[in-house]
Amino acid sequence: MQIPASFDYVRASSVDNALELLARYGPESRVVAGGHSLLPMMKLRLARPEWLIDINDLYELDFILRDGNKLRVGALTRHTTLLESDEVAALFPIVRDAERVIADPTVRNRGTIGGSLCQADPAEDLSTVCDVLDAEAVIRGPGGERAVAMSGFHRGPYETAVGQDELLCELRFPIRPRAGSAYEKVERRVGDWATGAAGAAVTLAADGTVEDATVGLTALGLDRTVAEAAAVLRGKRPAEDLFTEAGRLAAAACDPVPDQRGPVDYKRHLADELTRRVLRRACARAAQMAARMQEG
Amino acid sequence: MTVIHDRPSNPAPGDEDRPIGYGRIQRKEDPRFVRGKGHYLDDIVLPGMLHGAILRAPVAHARLVSIDTTNALAHPKVVAVITGKDLLGLKLAWAPTLSADVQAVLVTDKVRFQGQEVAFVVAEDRYAARDALELIEVEYDILPPLVDARKALDPDAPVIRDEIEGRTDNRIFDWEIGDKAETDAVFASADVVVSQEVVYPRVHPAPMETCGAVADFDAVNGKLTLYETTQAPHAHRTLFAIVAGIPEHKIRIVSPDIGGGFGNKVGIYPGYILAVVGSIVSGRPVKWVEDRSENLMSTSFARDYIMQGEIAATKDGKILALRTHVLADHGAFNATAQPTKNPAGFFSIFTGSYDLQAAHCSVTGVYTNKAPGGVAYACSFRVTEAVYLVERMVDVLARKLNMDPAELRLKNFIRPEQFPYANKTGWVYDSGNYAAALRLSMELAGYEDLRREQAEKRERGELMGIGVAFFTEVVGAGPRKHFDIVGLGMADGAELRVHPTGKAVVRISVQSQGQGHETTFAQIVAEELGIPPEDIDVVHGDTDQTPFGLGTYGSRSTPVSGGAVALVARKVREKAKLIAGAMLETRPEDLEWEKGRWFVKGDPGAGKTIAEIAMGAHGTVALPEGVDGNLDAEVTYDPPNLTFPFGAYICVVDVDPGTGQVKVRRFIAVDDCGTRINPMIIEGQVHGGLTDGVGMALMEIIEFDEAGNCLAGSFMDYLIPTAMEVPDWETGFTVTPSPHHPIGAKGIGESATVGSPPAIVNAVVDALAPLGVTHMDMPCTPARVWAAMQGRARPPI
Amino acid sequence: MQISMTVNGSEFTSEIEPRVLLVHYIREVLGLTGTHWGCDTSNCGTCVVLMDGQPVKSCTVLAAMAAGHDIRTVEGLATGGTLDPVQQGFMEEHGLQCGFCTPGMMLTARALLDKNPHPDDAEIRQAISGQICRCTGYATIVRSVQWAAAHPAGTGWDGADTAVPDVAPETADTDAEVKA
Repeated sequence: MQIPASFDYVRASSVDNALELLARYGPESRVVAGGHSLLPMMKLRLARPEWLIDINDLYELDFILRDGNKLRVGALTRHTTLLESDEVAALFPIVRDAERVIADPTVRNRGTIGGSLCQADPAEDLSTVCDVLDAEAVIRGPGGERAVAMSGFHRGPYETAVGQDELLCELRFPIRPRAGSAYEKVERRVGDWATGAAGAAVTLAADGTVEDATVGLTALGLDRTVAEAAAVLRGKRPAEDLFTEAGRLAAAACDPVPDQRGPVDYKRHLADELTRRVLRRACARAAQMAARMQEG
Repeated sequence: MTVIHDRPSNPAPGDEDRPIGYGRIQRKEDPRFVRGKGHYLDDIVLPGMLHGAILRAPVAHARLVSIDTTNALAHPKVVAVITGKDLLGLKLAWAPTLSADVQAVLVTDKVRFQGQEVAFVVAEDRYAARDALELIEVEYDILPPLVDARKALDPDAPVIRDEIEGRTDNRIFDWEIGDKAETDAVFASADVVVSQEVVYPRVHPAPMETCGAVADFDAVNGKLTLYETTQAPHAHRTLFAIVAGIPEHKIRIVSPDIGGGFGNKVGIYPGYILAVVGSIVSGRPVKWVEDRSENLMSTSFARDYIMQGEIAATKDGKILALRTHVLADHGAFNATAQPTKNPAGFFSIFTGSYDLQAAHCSVTGVYTNKAPGGVAYACSFRVTEAVYLVERMVDVLARKLNMDPAELRLKNFIRPEQFPYANKTGWVYDSGNYAAALRLSMELAGYEDLRREQAEKRERGELMGIGVAFFTEVVGAGPRKHFDIVGLGMADGAELRVHPTGKAVVRISVQSQGQGHETTFAQIVAEELGIPPEDIDVVHGDTDQTPFGLGTYGSRSTPVSGGAVALVARKVREKAKLIAGAMLETRPEDLEWEKGRWFVKGDPGAGKTIAEIAMGAHGTVALPEGVDGNLDAEVTYDPPNLTFPFGAYICVVDVDPGTGQVKVRRFIAVDDCGTRINPMIIEGQVHGGLTDGVGMALMEIIEFDEAGNCLAGSFMDYLIPTAMEVPDWETGFTVTPSPHHPIGAKGIGESATVGSPPAIVNAVVDALAPLGVTHMDMPCTPARVWAAMQGRARPPI
Repeated sequence: MQISMTVNGSEFTSEIEPRVLLVHYIREVLGLTGTHWGCDTSNCGTCVVLMDGQPVKSCTVLAAMAAGHDIRTVEGLATGGTLDPVQQGFMEEHGLQCGFCTPGMMLTARALLDKNPHPDDAEIRQAISGQICRCTGYATIVRSVQWAAAHPAGTGWDGADTAVPDVAPETADTDAEVKA
């Protein structure tokens, strides 16, 4: 088996302690949480940190908490916890859609939402989920705490707004009425990275028209939400021709690269197909939620 | 706890379907495995053992300019660094392959595939050995690589094996069989001819345990003990004697528990030789275990056949003839593991299960800048490629004739009364009843209902496919006069000792990699001698402990070693008869056998059990003239013919029209492996092979980019099915015993790997039929299926 | 660095390099070779052990990260001389062939049954979907786990290989096989 190069290891005892350690060991230190992105890279010797700062003892970052009209999720929350949370699934069904297809159950037992977002792999599913849910990242550093919108969080492949001396601590998801969301991924096999995936979140107005919609794509060469696709729906009643148009626009907006998972034309087609599917399902879920609100 | 001694097991006349040797019993090897007490190669720790690691070439084709090992040697834990130059001095830089070629153990002149062995580090621990690889500096002069086999014979193609004097191209061999003129004549006058290029892409056996070795050379007595992940310990011993110049009696090969083989562990890899060199050089035991990327990039791949198939038929669907030309990519060294006289393995059985007037096949083997190998992954010496070709072609013909694919097959099968059947390429099929197997498969599937469901779904635009495939395997190589590997005849030995208390030890020449030899072979002895399986120990995998034989691959264990074990038990039984005669003071010819005992004809009360006879044999009984004082025997079984298992498979798939994703909804497998021993083990073998089929048909492929970089060097990219991609298998069986095999058994290990890929691909193509698709090549990944749906199907290489 | 962890109920303290992977610690430092490994990239699941009761890939956990935690390996499945029902199930239903992936599969099965004593087949398949078996085709693994679910107390058999326990009669349709 492949083996990492040598490094030193230290276990952080608190968020403050983690920040101190990051400051002390500088740019050659890396934070490890679940480790399922970082350790394979280290074994392949594509990553060679001199110090590993283990934050797995920071139980203060492992929580799912409803706080008014926000859902707060600690950065150390494991994928399995997110997948199994009925509260999360009720509010944001897209999370369960996505978590079901992230890696495999054993990896999900270790991997964390914070680790996934900070790894910022272009094929990473939770980035799209957080994008379309309009989440906010709470980052702590020597200068204190700051909240960053997802649009500002992503800085490109494998790059985020989290500075070397900072720690992603929490994600905050706005809870909206009459909302629905969905995620769908095409993969060659269970556990594979996405060939392509799409996520959508939709909020309906009281009259059943679309108040707001967001579409995001994974592994399809677009590191922003597909505003033009969402714009098609706004103010209108969900309808198949609108999904079709949104799909067409998503396909036009994306910029996939060919690889073993598929050529560009196929991936572009997936942007179209999956955008239609997730919008259809997100709208249906939003309508269900609206109906429940009316009953309740 | 109840023990199963009294279970009837001898099949009565007319009851051939009953499994023999106590049938479905639990495996004798399982208690250690479920406790984590298996003993695999990497579990071996010897006193003072060092660890080896191989530096591999990062490029596919390059001149080796220089290697600087200074920094690696300076590492405090490094004991030795071995390069190609060192091996030249030892005359070990090149080793013979199993196909009359040579392969570089370490690069001396140029790199010929990405991942090729360049240097070997021996260090105090495995971490240090790995670290030291980074300290070796190598300079390469990059050469243009040859990646596409279709271009291998172009005049301007780089010559890969320029170290061979006089070689100016990349052709390894041209081989043909069948009557070309006769075949061409049938084609010329046929109503219908269809042709199709069918590609069987490069795949890899990828057993869960990678390959490895622990070499322990004792310089004092000159003895080499080599623990290896090998499927063929005896053949390896002889080859090591030839390669390393160590006298054969001073070599002991031990094959411990093996974590899956599938043909990956037949060849002798450079790593094994390097472990031996490391041990000789250091004077200490050396362990080398490859990592997964080394396994996928450098050890024996499988398939890589580009096949041009043609089929001639009458307009009412009588198949007349088949012909094919194959371009075979063997990689940088011809290291295929197959019988010497069969450079394309048993591919010439591409006539399949059909009664033909003529057939012709030609194969051209070429070198490319890819890893060597070709015969592996449960392929039965390339029957996989043959069956895939003919079963795809028959489906193409069915579509052309607008006939149901099952009906077309039923119309063309070799009929039961035609066996033994001599086909047009030189095989004599032993026995078969093909229509019965296909009809059973159709019945289990509910074939008519499935076709109705498909018609309804097509009305709604849903893509459902039903794939039918029928295969005839050819396994159990084989008769010595026809089959050898590097000059070693493919017969197998067996030795049986019945101890004084009636417990037995049977020593076999083949080695299990999970097939359950310790159970199945005990059951064969149990059947023949009436000793319960739990009283029989099976010894295998140690050349100092077992008789010579060629190993476990090509589904040969039951057909060859199974025959040897049955015969050695019968030899003991006959010897027991002589001793029983002495004990009962009667003439042996007056004795009659019933399971476990000889008794006097007409006086069942007067008899001796095998245990009593064993005690007598080792005791003080006055033995007849010429009978030794034991109850032991040995045989070497040279099978009179190969065996021909067969099966009928039906696969049902659903294709997502929007994404091209394929879901295997059902898979029905009816297998006939002749006489059955342990139905549980047989079923397990079938299930595993069916899963291989899903892998190859839907996801597995070793691809290369234009620079010759291997694109499937890890399990992130070489995808193997999980529990989510495979259905709950539905199995059935028929029993058509082999007429020449001592117990009528034919072998089952590779049937399903051979038979399932065409069933799945036929199902996918059938699903896409409304879109005009008549063929697509494996693997049917979502992207490739979608391309086929757009009319843009492309071969994978 | 010095680490301490509980493995199969016993506390171990060792001096190790920080980079030592948990799988190597278990196999080479503690000598518990029932845990195997099969890839470099956290894909095959051969190395699965239970960490605080949850299946984890021990090739992707540093021994240092496991310090202070409770590890259970295949060697800790049997209690006293009695096999876990999961171990018995794998023998009853032929859930293994070469035995290499088996320890990881059994540990995942144990964790699943602890959480969900009566899983359906789809739940079992999902639970083992991060683990590759190259031999069995998975159906018999599913049956093995179902056997364990149906026999939560096992049979008390010690699994010694000197005796073969009784199994269903040959005539029974236990393999869902059909004869012509």
